Formats: sequence, structure tokens, C-alpha cells
Amino acid sequence: MATNAGGLGPSSEVSVRNLIRSFGPKGVLNGVDLDIAPGEFVALLGPSGCGKSTLLRALAGLDHDVRGSGVVKVPEQVSVVFQDSRLLPWDTVLGNVTLGLRDHDADARGRRALAEVGLSGREKAWPHELSGGEQQRVALARSLVREPKLLLADEPFGALDALTRLKMHALLKDLVAAHRPAVLLVTHDVDEAITLADRVIVLQDGRVALERKAGSAVDHSSLRGELLEALGVHAAA
Amino acid sequence: MTTTAARRSATIAAPRPKGDAGTHQGVVVEPHLDPALTSRPDVRPTSRRLGPGKRRRFAGVVGPAALILLWVVASATGLLDPRILSEPWTVVSTAGELIADGRLQENLAISAQRAGLGLFFGIVVGAVLAVLSGLSRVGESLIDGPVQIKRAIPGLALIPLLILWFGIDETMKVLTITLGVFVPIYLQTHAGLRGIDLRYVELAQSLGLSRAGFLRRVVLPGALPGFFLGLRFAVTGAWVSLVVVEQINSTSGIGYMMELARTYGQTNIIVLGLAVYGVLGLLSDAAVRLLERKALSWQRTLAG
Ligand SMILES: Nc1ncnc2c1ncn2[C@@H]1O[C@H](COP(=O)(O)OP(=O)(O)O)[C@@H](O)[C@H]1O
Ligand SMILES: [Mg+2]
Repeated sequence: MATNAGGLGPSSEVSVRNLIRSFGPKGVLNGVDLDIAPGEFVALLGPSGCGKSTLLRALAGLDHDVRGSGVVKVPEQVSVVFQDSRLLPWDTVLGNVTLGLRDHDADARGRRALAEVGLSGREKAWPHELSGGEQQRVALARSLVREPKLLLADEPFGALDALTRLKMHALLKDLVAAHRPAVLLVTHDVDEAITLADRVIVLQDGRVALERKAGSAVDHSSLRGELLEALGVHAAA
Repeated sequence: MTTTAARRSATIAAPRPKGDAGTHQGVVVEPHLDPALTSRPDVRPTSRRLGPGKRRRFAGVVGPAALILLWVVASATGLLDPRILSEPWTVVSTAGELIADGRLQENLAISAQRAGLGLFFGIVVGAVLAVLSGLSRVGESLIDGPVQIKRAIPGLALIPLLILWFGIDETMKVLTITLGVFVPIYLQTHAGLRGIDLRYVELAQSLGLSRAGFLRRVVLPGALPGFFLGLRFAVTGAWVSLVVVEQINSTSGIGYMMELARTYGQTNIIVLGLAVYGVLGLLSDAAVRLLERKALSWQRTLAG
């Protein structure tokens, strides 16, 4: 598969043109352009309150009551992972994973998805019986069982401890390699963005202010410095 | 004595290298020499428990049993005049007589039927109205106001009107109970429904749930705790309404049996009626609680 990092033209899975969103008089997104190729992993960085979640919610189609304009093209199958795992407390783990699936083999698929995230045997558990990391793994299973073409994740590991977060990075990497959705990962963690993504973009003043290739071919420490600089952090190292 | 204790606690406090009972930074630690240290059972720091602790079986029976015991003792010692309150054994033998001639079962059956029907219709009406008014703005503006007005009118104040409309037959009795039942069901279910976290609504939207799926998987389970709270009020309310309709104008039922006993001054039958109401109330509340615990087992609460 030819990955077109620039992502222009018909080969892009996601294409956003001149996206504008505002709450009240203040504009939050002031003309965002963004393309994501099929199977491409894009990390979105930006200072808190810059509109990352607003952009993601626009892509997820969850912003009916927000004023704005622009063109958003996304695939039919979109899954969202939120910062909180957002499991229904009154449904079992398996029930949460298969929520909204209409096919007859939903249970079998749900079990397989749970096995993929390492939670075989916990199908009957209630969400409150799981740790924070396990809950977020259920949320990952719930989003991937739908075989999305686009996976949107809004700081999915933000509430986890550092060690669990590292394990989740490895898991997400494996899952994405297996299912190959296009990914837009919102994060405030520069290192998370660099290790996971093929491309990193920085949102600032309602626009894409910086865009860099990441991945194994890139020198991580200089990219890290550049991104921190763009975010207004002057690293001592 | 005190010096030994002091030395022992000093030994415990000394740093112990893990998995190696030898010299550690000049401190010699030999735990096997101190039996108090090696044989010490699993010592945990005890923190104050704020919850009520584990649920015990038959815990609900203790209070009522104590009350009955008090009654027995007071009657046996002559502290309680039987003309004021019959002795427990008189009530028991009265129950035996009434069961033998079939009057108790007959009246109990008709009372239970009235309460059951009223409860059933009240639950259905209350729950349906709550869902309609909780899920649509049109429904809310049409339903919520009238229910609030009904809530402000004591249910029993409606009885004269209901008698004029429906006479004094079963319809009127069941209707009175229904009107008393549906209000708490509506109020609590509605509140539970409106209290569902918007984030779950957003989740349902992002998963592409159908309207029916949303209702079944998110709205109804989310409103269930409120519904059960309403149900407990409703069950109590149903018995209260029952007593009133049966004592005002009736020719059957436990309330009628008591009313008749009053005209003949039969305290024992009155007390028996009260006891029956009490047992029915206790049993139905226990049933609701059992149902609630089964249905809400996903909840992690103080109730346990
Ligand atoms: N529902 C809302 N109502 C009003 N303002 C909002 C709402 N959601 C977000 N905002 C505002 O929009 C801006 C961007 O928010 P958000 O996209 O959540 O930022 P972040 O980049 O931290 O995810 C913030 O200033 C926030 O206050
Ligand atoms: Mg955000």
C-alpha cells in the first residue's frame, strides 16, 4: 500500500478543509486543513484548550450543536476512544464491547477482541471490577471490534500511570498494525506522539501550525526539541 | 517488662534487608532469634471502617422480632391492658379461628388483588410517562406539569370524585391505588433518567446505536436505580391507599374486616388486621429490595 504522507487527493481516508468551529464569539478552529492517508497514524499535539478535542469531535460527528463551517470527509466506519474509558457501568465487559453490534456473531467477535487486548476470561466482569488500564483496554476492544477505517482517540492514556501507559503504547501499536485503521491520536505527551505516530501535527491558534514526519527513520531527539519548541516549552536538555 | 517491649519494638523498626538475614549496614538483624517477630500473625494497620460492614442474613428480622417480644412481655406481665391492646396469643388464636372459617383468606385475597392490580397499573403508567417525558421535550411539556399538579393533590382527596364517577366498586378502588402509585414511580424514574450522564449519550451516538438500542441498553438500565427507589415508595403507598379505600366503603377486604370489628369492639380482630398489614408491608418491601439487589448488582454502594 502506498502511504501518501501528504495525503492529498483520492487516496486520503480523512480530508478536512477550512474547518471553522466556535463557541460563542471566540473562534476555536479557524480554518483547519488536514488529510490522513489510509492506515496512517497521525498524532495531534497542542496546548491545552487549543481545540484538539473540538477537532476530533467534528471528525466523529459529535458536534451537532457547535457553530461552524468547512468540509469534513471521513469514512463510514469511525470509532472513538475517549479519555475516560466510558464503559456502561450496568453492562458486563463483553456487553460493553458488543454494544450496538447488530450481527449474529457479535458475541464471538467481542470475545476475540477481548482476547486481543489480553482480557480473555473477564467477559462477565463488571467495569468497576477492572483497573483503569484494563478498562481502557476494554474501550480499545470496543472500538476495534467494529473494524473502523478511522480510529479517533482523545488522550486515551492521559489518566493512566506512566508504566501502564507504556504497556498501552505497545498494545495500541500491535492493534493498529493488525487492523490498519487510519488513526488520529490526540495527546499532550510529545514522546507518546513521536513513538506511536507516522506524522505529528501541532495545532495552534485554531490552525495546523506545524507538521512533521515521525517514525523510525527520523531522529527522535531533534524532532522532540522542535515539537517542544513549537509548544512553547523550552527544554533544558 | 517495659524494657523488653521497648527493645522488641526497636528490633521491628530496624531496617531488614529483603531475603537476606545477615549484616546490613552494620546492623545485625537475626529475626529467628525473636519468636515474637517470626511467629507474628499477619499484622495489618487497622484503619477505621466507615461503611456498615458486610451484609448479614436475617438482619431485617431482628428489629420486628424485638418489637414482638416487647409486646409479649408487656402483655404477660399485665403491663398492657387487653382492652387497649389484645395479647399476642389472643391475636394468634383469633387468626386461627378466622382461618378455620375462611374469612381471613377470603379478605386477604381480595385485598391483595386490589393492591396488586393498583400497583401493576401504577407502575406501568408511571414508567411509561417517565420515559416519554424524559426523552422528548414535547412529552415533558405535556406530561410533567399535570403530574406535578397531581402530586400536589393528596390522592385520598380524590376519592369523593372517584366515587361519583365510578361508584364504589372495584374500579374505583384499584384506580385510587393506581393514582397513588404512579406518582412516585414517575418522579423517581424521571429523575433517574434525567440523571444519566451525557457522556453515555455521546458514546451511544458514536457507536451508532439505534433509538431502540439506546433505550434498551442505556436509558432503561440507567434509570433503573431511580425506578427502584420509586417502587419502594409506591409499594408503601399502595398499602396506605388500600387501607383507606377498604375502610371508607367496602364490603370485603382486610380493612372492611377491621372496620366491622370496630363496630363490635373486637380489639383482637383489629390488632390482627394491623398485624396482617404489617406483615404484608414488610414482605413486599423485602421482595422489592431483593429484586433491586439482583437487578442492580452492577452497582457498588454502601448497601452491599
Ligand atoms: N461545550 C463547550 N462550550 C463552550 N466552550 C467550549 C466547549 N467545548 C470546548 N470549549 C472551548 O473551546 C476551546 C477548545 O476546547 P478543546 O477542544 O476541548 O481543547 P483541547 O485542545 O484541550 O482538547 C476551549 O477554550 C474550551 O473552553
Ligand atoms: Mg481535550
